[in-house]
Amino acid sequence: MAVKDIEQVGLDTYKFGFHDDIQPVYTSPKGLSEDVVREISRQKDEPAWMLDFRLEALRQFEQKSMPTWGADLSRIDFDDIHYYIRPQDRQARSWDDVPDDIKSTFDKLGIPEAERKFLAGVGAQYDSEVVYHSIKEDLEEQGVIFLDMDSGLREHEEIVREYFGTVIPNGDNKFAALNSAVWSGGSFVYVPEGVRVDIPLQAYFRINAENMGQFERTLIIVEPGAYVHYVEGCTAPVYATDSLHSAVVEIIVKEGGRCRYTTIQNWSTDVFNLVTKRAVAYRDATMEWVDGNLGSKVTMKYPAVYLMEPGAHGEVLSIAFAGEDQHQDAGAKMVHAAPDTSSLITSKSISRKGGRTAYRGYVQVMPDAERCRSNVECDALLIDDRSRSDTYPYMDIEESDVAIQHEATVSKVSDQQLFYLMSRGLTQEQAMAMVVSGFIEPIVKELPMEYAVEMNRLIELQMEGSIG
Amino acid sequence: MPRAPSACPGFSRKNRRKLGRAYARCYVWEEQLGPARSPTRTILQPARIVFLGDHRRETHSLRMTATNGQTTLSIRDLHVSVEDTQILRGVTLDVPAGEVHALMGPNGSGKSTLANTLMGHPAYEVTAGQVHFKGQDVLELETDERARLGLFLAFQYPAEIPGVRVASFLRLALNARREAEISVMEFRRLLMEKMQMLRMDPKFASRYLNEGFSGGEKKRNEILQLAVLEPELAILDETDSGLDIDALRIVADGVNRLRGSDLGVLVITHYQRLLNYIEPDRVHVLIDGRVVESGGKEVAERLEAEGYERYGAAAASEDA
Ligand SMILES: Nc1ncnc2c1ncn2[C@@H]1O[C@H](COP(=O)(O)OP(=O)(O)OP(=O)(O)O)[C@@H](O)[C@H]1O
Ligand SMILES: [Mg+2]
Repeated sequence: MAVKDIEQVGLDTYKFGFHDDIQPVYTSPKGLSEDVVREISRQKDEPAWMLDFRLEALRQFEQKSMPTWGADLSRIDFDDIHYYIRPQDRQARSWDDVPDDIKSTFDKLGIPEAERKFLAGVGAQYDSEVVYHSIKEDLEEQGVIFLDMDSGLREHEEIVREYFGTVIPNGDNKFAALNSAVWSGGSFVYVPEGVRVDIPLQAYFRINAENMGQFERTLIIVEPGAYVHYVEGCTAPVYATDSLHSAVVEIIVKEGGRCRYTTIQNWSTDVFNLVTKRAVAYRDATMEWVDGNLGSKVTMKYPAVYLMEPGAHGEVLSIAFAGEDQHQDAGAKMVHAAPDTSSLITSKSISRKGGRTAYRGYVQVMPDAERCRSNVECDALLIDDRSRSDTYPYMDIEESDVAIQHEATVSKVSDQQLFYLMSRGLTQEQAMAMVVSGFIEPIVKELPMEYAVEMNRLIELQMEGSIG
Repeated sequence: MPRAPSACPGFSRKNRRKLGRAYARCYVWEEQLGPARSPTRTILQPARIVFLGDHRRETHSLRMTATNGQTTLSIRDLHVSVEDTQILRGVTLDVPAGEVHALMGPNGSGKSTLANTLMGHPAYEVTAGQVHFKGQDVLELETDERARLGLFLAFQYPAEIPGVRVASFLRLALNARREAEISVMEFRRLLMEKMQMLRMDPKFASRYLNEGFSGGEKKRNEILQLAVLEPELAILDETDSGLDIDALRIVADGVNRLRGSDLGVLVITHYQRLLNYIEPDRVHVLIDGRVVESGGKEVAERLEAEGYERYGAAAASEDA
């Protein structure tokens, strides 16, 4: 039952007539054109360089062809999408309109009232100003900037201009180009030299419609010796009214700095989730991506770390969970551009009910990047015979003095394991959920506590009714 | 052991009518105690009897009698095959509450097959025979239902469950058989107490279930589960193999301590040594899928001295 709850979150979007009760003040016409891009920039009152950036990106987008690998994207109709809706115009729904099964999923997950409304697209303003306010003051005292990207551009134009689009150029790939042309929202984080931000910065605290748009853009700059943990998304199903989510995240970690970026996405299952995430790490810096993909119809996402100077270390820990009609094509990229750099990729995927997961990874070692170490481990768990998992590890090693390891396993939940657990009184579903949560434990234990708890509860919900 | 309905006080003709269905159930139950006379499955369940309002006195005594008698694990003429090969060829065996029975037999004679079948492993197909426990037709139940009914199997080869900590698994398993959840603190105390009894390093509580455990550690962990879950009938499948001498004694002590008036134990072993520590009430010899001899502990002693030759076992297990 619960599985259905979660899945219906997305599938029935239109059936529930969830949208357009109120005429928005400004909504771009459907489809993409130079006029639309100019209008977005005008609405936001942006500097000319940003408009140029957008227009150049639009040209790139039009020239680039769709990826021919990965998931089937043929059902995306670029002409049938609104590329911009002003945030204040998004708050059109009422709680009463939210389908019961979504409400009951929130119940089961124990999501607080205020968040539920936001997640269901009811409130545009997540009621956390009070909580956030004191945190914000602390951060400000330390000189940390934590704003939505639009405000970031308005208030700190010089910093944004210096870094924006430097990690992921506007023509990087078709979807990055699309994002660069029409981006809106996302986060801007700047951590000054030597500052350690103790609490994870959660997009939660300042969630509003600006923050979680379909083309959000995030830029994080970690100055030398600084540390920040940024958390985005949530385990609760996000009820999106738009079927294409294409974000860009750029991160710069300078000498000795460390950044961890945690994402849990549980988009409704009609969403194409095509995200470009990339970080550069300089001398002795560490960049860690922790990435959980539970929802969406299709996800294509390969968080990358460019290890630019000696001592840099990159990590990707990812979990993908594919159920019926879902295709999670996720992975990681590590580019060793300097000697003595190291990387670690751990990927876990679970497929059930005919769902498909793929690990797609790329490890590159450039010439003269001696003594690099890279360790790739990807494990797939199949819950039934209909489901599928593929591994596409690419290695491009142009230096001989390196230590590269790749290990891939595909396993099925064994009868022996289920029998063992059931012989102690666990039901088949409990046993299955236990094996699955054990499988992803190495990653879940890296999540902030409340996420870990929610994640396990979600796995249990997903497992309910999954056994024939 | 009570046999006739008259052994249940209060079963006058008048009361029978009043008791109605419960009486009927009781009667069936009584039949079960006999040597497999009826395959009937509807059986009195103590919880239901308590409902009987003004017949409180009768029900009470009825319940007492019922509980005692029913905890006999009763196996009748059990035939089991695996992938179309007949392994068990008519096993009949009773393990009453509070007794320890040993099951011995050569490699491949079907001991683990019996253990797995009793616990409901899907690979083992029962082609004939019955198993009853606590008045339930065990073969009708799923594995987890059997566990909650009070059956427990300490595995010869316990499965590894990566990523699942011993403590979290055991707490879930314990809660599965309790009405009210045990609090985290209370569970912690219970677990530590039992681990201490088995002289296990507390670190094991947070290790992943059986993953990377040595052979002996796995066995000890099985007994830990036995101690925490407190089943009513435990099958120990070669728990002694792989244990060093000290561990053997510790585990045996553990079992002996649990061996109170209620726990029935079926110990599968190859060696007399374990039986020196856990003294069996009876010893059964399984050869080629049949119990060929049952007797007191002297049976095990003789086996230790003479082997299985006197049963013509070598030949028998070959063509199994
Ligand atoms: N799942 C199975 N698949 C195929 N054959 C099996 C299976 N389980 C048991 N058997 C076969 O059934 C026979 C009895 O095996 P079983 O494990 O019950 O023996 P055992 O008496 O426990 O032996 P041991 O003393 O070596 O533990 C053996 O020939 C074994 O190969
Ligand atoms: Mg065996």
